[in-house]
Amino acid sequence: MKAELEKRIVKGPDGIEFEVDPLQDYYCQEAPTVMPAAYSKIVEGFFNWARAESLWILGFGTGCGAIEMRPLMTPRFDAYRYGVQWRPTPRQANLFIISGYLSVKTLKRAIRSYEQMQNPKYVIGLGSCTINGGMYWDSYNTLKRLDYYLPVDLYIAGCMPRPEALLQGFEDLKEIIRAGKGEGANQYAQYFDWYKMNQKQVIHDWDMPDYNW
Amino acid sequence: MHFEWMMIPYSLLTLFIVVNYGLLLTALMQKIGARVGRRYGIPIWQNYIDLVKNYGLRSSITHGVMFYLGPVFRLSGGVGLLLFVPTIYGSVMFSNLSFAGDLILALYFVFFGALGMALGAGESGHPHAAIGVSRGLSQMTAAELPFALAVFAVALQYQTLSITEIVAAQQGAVLHWTLFTNPFAVAAAMLSFLGSMMRPPFDLVLAPQEIPIGPPTEYHSSYLALMQTNRVIFPIAKIVIYMNLFFGGAASWPVFFLKVFLIYLFSLFVGVAFPRFRVEQSIRWFLVWALPLGIVAIVLV
Amino acid sequence: MRELYAKLNRLFPLGELTERRSNLAFITLTAEYLRPVLLHLRDREGFSHLVLLTAVDWLEEGQFQLSYLLSDRANGRDIGLRLMLPRDGASMESIHDLWPTAATYQRELREMFGIDFPGSPRINEEFILEGWTDIPPYRRDFDTLKFAQENFVARPGRETWDPARHMKDQLYPDGA
Repeated sequence: MKAELEKRIVKGPDGIEFEVDPLQDYYCQEAPTVMPAAYSKIVEGFFNWARAESLWILGFGTGCGAIEMRPLMTPRFDAYRYGVQWRPTPRQANLFIISGYLSVKTLKRAIRSYEQMQNPKYVIGLGSCTINGGMYWDSYNTLKRLDYYLPVDLYIAGCMPRPEALLQGFEDLKEIIRAGKGEGANQYAQYFDWYKMNQKQVIHDWDMPDYNW
Repeated sequence: MHFEWMMIPYSLLTLFIVVNYGLLLTALMQKIGARVGRRYGIPIWQNYIDLVKNYGLRSSITHGVMFYLGPVFRLSGGVGLLLFVPTIYGSVMFSNLSFAGDLILALYFVFFGALGMALGAGESGHPHAAIGVSRGLSQMTAAELPFALAVFAVALQYQTLSITEIVAAQQGAVLHWTLFTNPFAVAAAMLSFLGSMMRPPFDLVLAPQEIPIGPPTEYHSSYLALMQTNRVIFPIAKIVIYMNLFFGGAASWPVFFLKVFLIYLFSLFVGVAFPRFRVEQSIRWFLVWALPLGIVAIVLV
Repeated sequence: MRELYAKLNRLFPLGELTERRSNLAFITLTAEYLRPVLLHLRDREGFSHLVLLTAVDWLEEGQFQLSYLLSDRANGRDIGLRLMLPRDGASMESIHDLWPTAATYQRELREMFGIDFPGSPRINEEFILEGWTDIPPYRRDFDTLKFAQENFVARPGRETWDPARHMKDQLYPDGA
């Protein structure tokens, strides 16, 4: 664990010494809760339509697949036409694309980013690496099944899938959301212990709080 | 100021029209910017969907009281600015709450939202937010100087602090506009206008590639939706002031829509043509190019 | 390159010269002469750029091979220095004072091969791996397949095809 995260005695500017345990004091300790849908089916349907038509992707490329996302912003593909936009901060994004291989080290960052996103949130696994390891099936640091660590709504197969495949994937995801099946965030909250168990199995130096809201 | 209760629903009507126009106009501006890059860009109704989605998010977290109040301040800055300037000249319905000294109040409201935002973003604790706020405030201070000088020049020129009277003095012919009677003040103010529109070369508050995305980094769901609402009201409210002070105001909604569109387009054109300044370049630019124009305007009046 | 080798060989006892191209050659030498040769190449011969520092695991011989690749941009030539280290308790003199970039390579070698460079800055900090508990993964006695099977959950149903045999079966189904 990093030195800055360890329990220590700190002397304040007023001369009073107090104990700081960063993992306890700086972060929220509550686990995520299952968030109910809107009370009325019509309202929820309306919200789901808006969520589907306004996909904000977290600008976080985990692997080589991130290179296939860039052309989507360019004139040739122009994903903005379909309500797809990129946000640089997890707080404002609602779609996380795990783009290609996910190493153990990146998984830590991916978990933290995912947990900071707001409910409802969606995950797309891009490329074969997220499905079964792909060409990194015998690698010492690449995860082979993404859905053991984060709830995945949709996979886009290929090594790498072309930007056209991504656009088709967005359209499929929109259908999933409109049908009210994009409940990955609630699934994550419901089986939180199972996901945490899997995550801690591969991350040996767990130096972060159990849940980063 | 003469007050009637009927002014409240009238003002709300103005607000409603401006919000809808702003949502469409901002999307249209993004589309025009995208066309410059040979893209089609977002659909024209995208801003409505984004708003609904952000209001419809199920969870949100807070970092403290100021974190709540930041977007509220920002929005009240935009709404207040809009409500205290006459939107349509000569119309009882859309003169809003304008009164004799509203020019000073408007100048204050231009700054108000940014200060509230600075407090809120500071409380979010994100380093990018702090950097963005410090950049924003320093640039704004530099950009407000020529604007303030231009406004004083106009106030001196017409010997009044009431926006309605300034507009009234410009009626009659196009050549009566401040644009032609006091071109230096208008030039200074339009350069300052660039600095407040969050577009390149002066978008160093948001700076998408450097400090993504500055002050609103930690804001999400309803907070962000509030700020989005302000992002469509505030530029229009500001443009309304410009329109009233320098471009003869608007006597009807179609003229209003056209003039606001054209003034907004000015910042967009500059934005797509120039890359982003650094903070010190931007401040120096305002002090070297815009400020002397403002001083000349004051001196000539 | 031969002239350079001959010149160097008069000053230092060097091993053999392997020429790859007219402007790329490798010289083997022993660990104790590395620093003087590097200094000479850097200060007298114009090889001012350390391109890379990497290692090869010769498991059967029980040795690590270190390769220092230097570049002379002005004359467009590269030279590589190779040396062997015993594999057990491998340790090498650090050259971070000659090229600061070397510290990064040395951290990588420390983590991936377990070669120690005493005195190199931040040498024992984690470089790429976080929380690694096994033997260094680039060593050839580290079985990545076994490690992956033990640590990562696999999705059932994956089939592995030998490309050569697969193509043969496809093209010549009769087994010709």
